[in-house]
Amino acid sequence: MAKQNSLWTILQTLVETPGPSGSEHVIREKVKAEIQGHVDELYTDALGNLIARKGSLKEGGKRIMISAHIDEIGLMVTYVDDNGFARFMPIGGINPLTCLGGRVVFMNGTQGVIGMERLDKGEFPELPKYFIDTGATAKADSKVGVGDVCGFERPLLDLGKRIVAKSMDDRVAAAITVEALKEVKPGVNEIYFVFSVQEEVGIRGAVTAAYGVDPEVGLAVDVTRTGDTPLGVKMEVSLGNGPAIKVRDSSFIADPRVVRWMVNEAKTQEIPYQLEVLEAGGTDGAAIQRARAGVPAGCLSIPCRYIHSPSEMVDRDDVLNSVRLLVGLLGKPVSLG
Amino acid sequence: MAKTDISTKFNPLLGETELDLLSKLCNSVSVSGDEQEVRAIVLEELHEFAAVTKVDAMGNVLVRREGTGTDRVRVMIAAHMDEVGFMIVNDEGDGIFEFRVIGGVDPRQLVGKPVSIGREHIPGVIGAKAIHLTTPEERQQVLKVDQLRIDIGTGSGGKVKVGDRGTFATKLVVLGPSIRSKALDDRLGVFNLIQLVKHAPENVDLLAAFTVQEELGLRGARTAAFAFDPEIGIAMDSTPANDLPHYDGLENTSPNTRLGNGPAIYVMDRGTIGDQRLIRWLVASAEADAIPWQFRQPGLGGTDAGEIHKTRAGVPSVSVSVPQRYLHSAAGLIRIEDELNTLKLIHTALTRLDRTILNPQEKM
Repeated sequence: MAKQNSLWTILQTLVETPGPSGSEHVIREKVKAEIQGHVDELYTDALGNLIARKGSLKEGGKRIMISAHIDEIGLMVTYVDDNGFARFMPIGGINPLTCLGGRVVFMNGTQGVIGMERLDKGEFPELPKYFIDTGATAKADSKVGVGDVCGFERPLLDLGKRIVAKSMDDRVAAAITVEALKEVKPGVNEIYFVFSVQEEVGIRGAVTAAYGVDPEVGLAVDVTRTGDTPLGVKMEVSLGNGPAIKVRDSSFIADPRVVRWMVNEAKTQEIPYQLEVLEAGGTDGAAIQRARAGVPAGCLSIPCRYIHSPSEMVDRDDVLNSVRLLVGLLGKPVSLG
Repeated sequence: MAKTDISTKFNPLLGETELDLLSKLCNSVSVSGDEQEVRAIVLEELHEFAAVTKVDAMGNVLVRREGTGTDRVRVMIAAHMDEVGFMIVNDEGDGIFEFRVIGGVDPRQLVGKPVSIGREHIPGVIGAKAIHLTTPEERQQVLKVDQLRIDIGTGSGGKVKVGDRGTFATKLVVLGPSIRSKALDDRLGVFNLIQLVKHAPENVDLLAAFTVQEELGLRGARTAAFAFDPEIGIAMDSTPANDLPHYDGLENTSPNTRLGNGPAIYVMDRGTIGDQRLIRWLVASAEADAIPWQFRQPGLGGTDAGEIHKTRAGVPSVSVSVPQRYLHSAAGLIRIEDELNTLKLIHTALTRLDRTILNPQEKM
């Protein structure tokens, strides 16, 4: 068996691997390498979701789907001009304010920096004002062309109790899910761990994964915003106060039975938790809930500051407590009473 | 067994027969939700495949043309039968009708256009106040749809009713190497799919979906794909070519596609990220047969692939379009060579298709 990596090593590997929506082939291999040998079945579906099964359904158990998406926001080249500057469009929700001076790495290894046209006084910099400079001196020697994909490049930053990286959304959840997969003893349950694709462009991978897995109960694992920064959004979630149990977001209303199941488990294990109502944002939970004839679904959220910026921040205790909560939920008969 | 040969070599032409068919398709009134006119043409053209053809509950025409080889891949190809247009919403008497647009029609395109309404193609016009009577300020305003009326001059004898659909009344014409017509989006796709059914490669199971209501949000493709349960999905459509030089001399960085540069292969649009294995397969097929091709610039817009790829447990999908100037207007313009090269590309790609393309994505 491969050498066991710690949760934090895995997290660093995952956040520093590029993998925008539709280009998850590299990140998928990293996850696969981590979980091989810990699962009973492992396959990649037609859209590229990595699906791992652990355990087999037994009397009193349930088929459970856990979904953490492995794609991240990124950019795609739309045009390379005569001087070699690459225009781009967003893959997922890119805030133009986070782009200027950013560094990117393409799936083919080419690196570049983001520059911007001159703005008029007071003008808001929309994305068409930006371009990627890959160091090309003309179109002819550009190493990227129309359709090439890049992710933001930013190493993980260890601030002690808090850690910062690009793509904590949703690699922190992928790392938590990998860790839970390794630790959990499924007992009577049959657990499908889905590392889903194309969440950032509209929750696409989880749609087909949920159809294929056909679960009886499902949970997304994803990040959520916090309301604890100066003059930020009003929201009852803070960094470090424990995993957030989603009640609703703008994509779905968590099944109240699933919310109760999660809350009871947190209380039993004496894990701090917070209830989450997210006004804008969606997760794979929405896709699971509406799969086939319907599935009770919820979401375990990791509080995260500065989402969709190159510096997304999470709290180490929240991460560890999320693993504990997930392992507890999956390791015994599910009670949706 | 069908009369038409199953072929591996296919050199599409736009001769008199083909041009007649394309004209008939383009000149039809077949607005989303009432595609019967184009559906009838498709069923008639493919009558020899009636045994493997069905019209589903939404109105999609589904033709299952099975090959003869072993281990055939099930490939769904979709082309939509509907077009953008109008719906009559109020009869105000004296041949004057209030209407709404169906699908993406730019209100600036409406004024002064002849139109055809309903199954009998009742002629009319979208009029507006003559320039003599307008003020300079009025001429700066875009008239809103609810300010406009369709006027049939009361030539119908009561045949235009609320709920009827209509389109621009333009007829297809050939302009040297080009074609000018309304509804080339997506009658070119329908035309091409008819040809593919007639000349289906033997190594695949061709699941041909002539879909409805694409312009309203890919509605027909959703049920068609569920029924076909394919292994690969391809949408054949038409996409804008905004390729004229900039009036101010700046480099045109957003042409989307260019006329004459060949079939437009999609990498990403609003609804789909093209499957990278399929994109590589199309590009390799084009290169092998020296067919010109271009990437459509990643951007907005969408095709039936947006629904197909999310069907059941997932269907790797991609789109290919014929580049077209002035899409969704009374008169779009395409190059005939782009149209024929699109058909040629899909056909040759299908003949090269085998299951290894679906091998795990690690090989990407």
